[in-house]
Amino acid sequence: MTFVAKPKVHHPLLQFNEIGLTRRDYEGAVSTLCAGCGHDSVSAAVAIACNELAIPPHRFAKISGIGCSSKTPSYFLGASHGFNSVHGRMPSVATGANLANHELHCIGVSGDGDSASIGVGQFAHIVRRKVNMLYIVDNNGTYGLTKGQFSATNDRGSTSKKGVPNLYSPIDLVSMALQIGASFVARSFSGDKQQLVPLIKAAIMHKGFAFIDVISPCVMFNNHNGSTKSYQYVREHTASMVDAQLVMPHEQIEIEYAPGTLKEVDMPDGSVLRLRKISETYDPHDRVGALNHVQRAQEQGDVITGLLYVDPIASDIHEVLETPSTPLNQFGEAELCPGSEALTTVNAGFR
Amino acid sequence: MNPTDIHAPEYFHRVVDCQWACPAHTPVPEYIRMIAAGMYTEAYMINWESNVFPGILGRTCDRPCEPACRRVRTEEKPVAICRLKRVAADHKGDIESFLPQVPNIKNGKRIALLGAGPASLAVARDLLPFGYTVDMFDRDPAGGGMMRSQIPAFRLPADVLEEEVDLIVNMGVNATYGYEITSMKEMLDMNYDAYFVGTGAPRGRDLDLPGRREVDEHISIGIDWLSSVAFGHTTSIEGKVIVMGGGNTAMDCCRTSKRLGAETVTVVVRSGFEVMKASEWEKEDAMSEGIPIINNRPPKEFVHEDGKLKGVIFECVKPIEEDGRLKYIPTGEPDVFIECDHILMAIGQENHCPWIERDIGIEFDKWDCPILDEVTLQSTHPKVFFGGDSAFGPENIIWASAHAHQAAISIHLMCQDLDPKADRPPEGLNLISQKMGVHEWAYDAEHDASQRYLVPHANRRRSLENIKVEVELGFDEILGSREAQRCLNCDVQTVFTEKLCIECDACVDICPMDCITFTPNAEETQLRDYLTAPATNLEQALYVSDELETGRVMVKDEDVCLHCGLCAERCPTNAWDMQKSIIHIPQLGSYAE
Repeated sequence: MTFVAKPKVHHPLLQFNEIGLTRRDYEGAVSTLCAGCGHDSVSAAVAIACNELAIPPHRFAKISGIGCSSKTPSYFLGASHGFNSVHGRMPSVATGANLANHELHCIGVSGDGDSASIGVGQFAHIVRRKVNMLYIVDNNGTYGLTKGQFSATNDRGSTSKKGVPNLYSPIDLVSMALQIGASFVARSFSGDKQQLVPLIKAAIMHKGFAFIDVISPCVMFNNHNGSTKSYQYVREHTASMVDAQLVMPHEQIEIEYAPGTLKEVDMPDGSVLRLRKISETYDPHDRVGALNHVQRAQEQGDVITGLLYVDPIASDIHEVLETPSTPLNQFGEAELCPGSEALTTVNAGFR
Repeated sequence: MNPTDIHAPEYFHRVVDCQWACPAHTPVPEYIRMIAAGMYTEAYMINWESNVFPGILGRTCDRPCEPACRRVRTEEKPVAICRLKRVAADHKGDIESFLPQVPNIKNGKRIALLGAGPASLAVARDLLPFGYTVDMFDRDPAGGGMMRSQIPAFRLPADVLEEEVDLIVNMGVNATYGYEITSMKEMLDMNYDAYFVGTGAPRGRDLDLPGRREVDEHISIGIDWLSSVAFGHTTSIEGKVIVMGGGNTAMDCCRTSKRLGAETVTVVVRSGFEVMKASEWEKEDAMSEGIPIINNRPPKEFVHEDGKLKGVIFECVKPIEEDGRLKYIPTGEPDVFIECDHILMAIGQENHCPWIERDIGIEFDKWDCPILDEVTLQSTHPKVFFGGDSAFGPENIIWASAHAHQAAISIHLMCQDLDPKADRPPEGLNLISQKMGVHEWAYDAEHDASQRYLVPHANRRRSLENIKVEVELGFDEILGSREAQRCLNCDVQTVFTEKLCIECDACVDICPMDCITFTPNAEETQLRDYLTAPATNLEQALYVSDELETGRVMVKDEDVCLHCGLCAERCPTNAWDMQKSIIHIPQLGSYAE
């Protein structure tokens, strides 16, 4: 926990975004997580991404469950809507929020315990329902709040801080999301903001269910030599497949080419998603190929990161349900209670 | 870039901007912390050790530290360092037990101090605890030099001056006042082991314009006039007064005239307002007392009738920049006539040593300044040292203290048959961790967002009636402790240990000023661009680590760091630590030696 509050004063040259805000306006309360927690880096990455997108903070809804990860929405976007819900039930609340007002950008933050153990059922179904949101899992492979038991994403053979090996196979949330039909699936690392920030931006602007599994080391309980989710292990075993960069309509495309092939995907809102393939054999539009790749890497103990799969013309829950374009929460009494005649007509339809 | 050598004393010394800017290198944050803790006596003694005259300087210093203050770069207004120094002096307790002991048995070496101003007094203070016999000579009837003769009582009350002057004199200086030195040769014949010349810059400049000779009795040289006011020879000035000049002497002249009964007082300056030599606060105080300052008006002619001064004709000019230098050209407007009965000339002063014979081994340059070694302050005569205004021309009191410390070291080395240059002691550095517990620091890390506090002033009417009423009342204990909280503690350094870092980014995320970046290494100019916030202030160093595990380096821009300690607070491995840097500036005669 930190007791000294982050001063409001900022660098004199701090940049303003298109709507006159700075990155500092997208921060939240001071973190009460352990010093060095990967989750804080994820929070910082979300704040940076939202600032770069120049969306006003109050146009976001951030929803979370229970756990270290689920505390983090307090630490970014202080001026947005938020709901810290029940353990493993973030998807239900997020679904409700998105149904009520699809104009808010919905960011759900969960952890490996919240999404892969108690909430694994909810997780599977929100993927199915294509809720238009960014679903982030701060994945550290351990239950930090209860002093470091193995979580369901912990790799078999990986050890606890005291050296006891994990006996069970891990649940891989990326594979689950791919298999159930998420239209945007990525994996990243809290220690690599250069990769993570563009992914968050692309995921927020993606229309459909966007999932990012962020490996976010727990410095207290799972950052030791026997861990496969430590800063060191991830850095040594990580391989980026596809780097993504979202170029907003108002932005200039910077010419900076690194090795790999570049593909540009036009997004419905006029922005451009630039995908740079680092592995020639990898196709980020091939769901089955992606699943294979992820599984194979997993078997070899490698962590593949980047934008693993994207369907640029995905649909979302509102299209599936054919809801009106006006957000439901904006209907007045006249539309919501159309009177007894209308009720009779509706009832007649069920006879 | 190569990794920064933080153990070279100069590196962290530069980070403490105020201390670096202070000619005497007073450890400013250290004494401000003591003021915040109510330890006024200790705060006073830290000052006394470094700058010798805390009470006097707390009222009159030119404050090179304040424009250097990091607060100027983070939030515009610097910490009121000078006024805090005064808080320590005003509220200190008995300092007797903190003073250095002066041995009764002398070391047999005799030193002559010529002039009893701040430079000579400071040399005396440094040398006396080492057993030197110190004889001081001055033409004035009392010690203090220009501090007594040229700074009016409404800025520096006599009791404050006398307390700090007497403190040194009473340490055992053999002072001979009212002694006009007429020959350096005679002094050398007295066979002292060393001589220190601290006679100041006693000659005020004059202007030889048409009419000058005819109106002689209506024109006074500013510093001479102030001196005659200080010693009670002049008690009034009548009619309309023009003060010519834009320095602090001009400001003292105009404010003194106002108090001595002048009908009107006008300051006329040949240059623009911004480039005037007077300190900003001196100009503000003069203007707030209703004294107009007229700029860009060089004088052309003194107008007189029947031997009586009528006024001055001024030309109208404007500044233009040419090759980066200001030049003044006529605007074409007609000349201006300003009526007056008396003129105070405050257009600068210069060193003047007609009493030093030019054939006794002390050489002078073409500007009539003694040729000195800039480090040792030794003249071309090995036994003769210079300091204060008589060394390199008019500066201010804090420079006199700084020179004195250097000269005292030189004299001490010479008297021990050591080389004043080669055998000088080096600067040193201590780093002390401020960590006391998981979230506890030995300093007040939290950033205080308060704006600079205003200092209360005496009632305007009362202070304009009586020259002895001090205008600035100084901070009381409450205001003082609030202002002290604004100090950023720049001497508590962010020290980085590469091998402990796990590159988790926690410090980068928490830093409110975006000072920290982890990046591939590069040349300095490139690196300055790579940072989270570009490091555009080239005066401020980049702190670069050795290579980290990922091949990157940690780069910290020292420019706007708040020293809030959040990087260390959020660091899981203590790779960052907050460590107080104590810079040891070599000096004789300090109580800590």
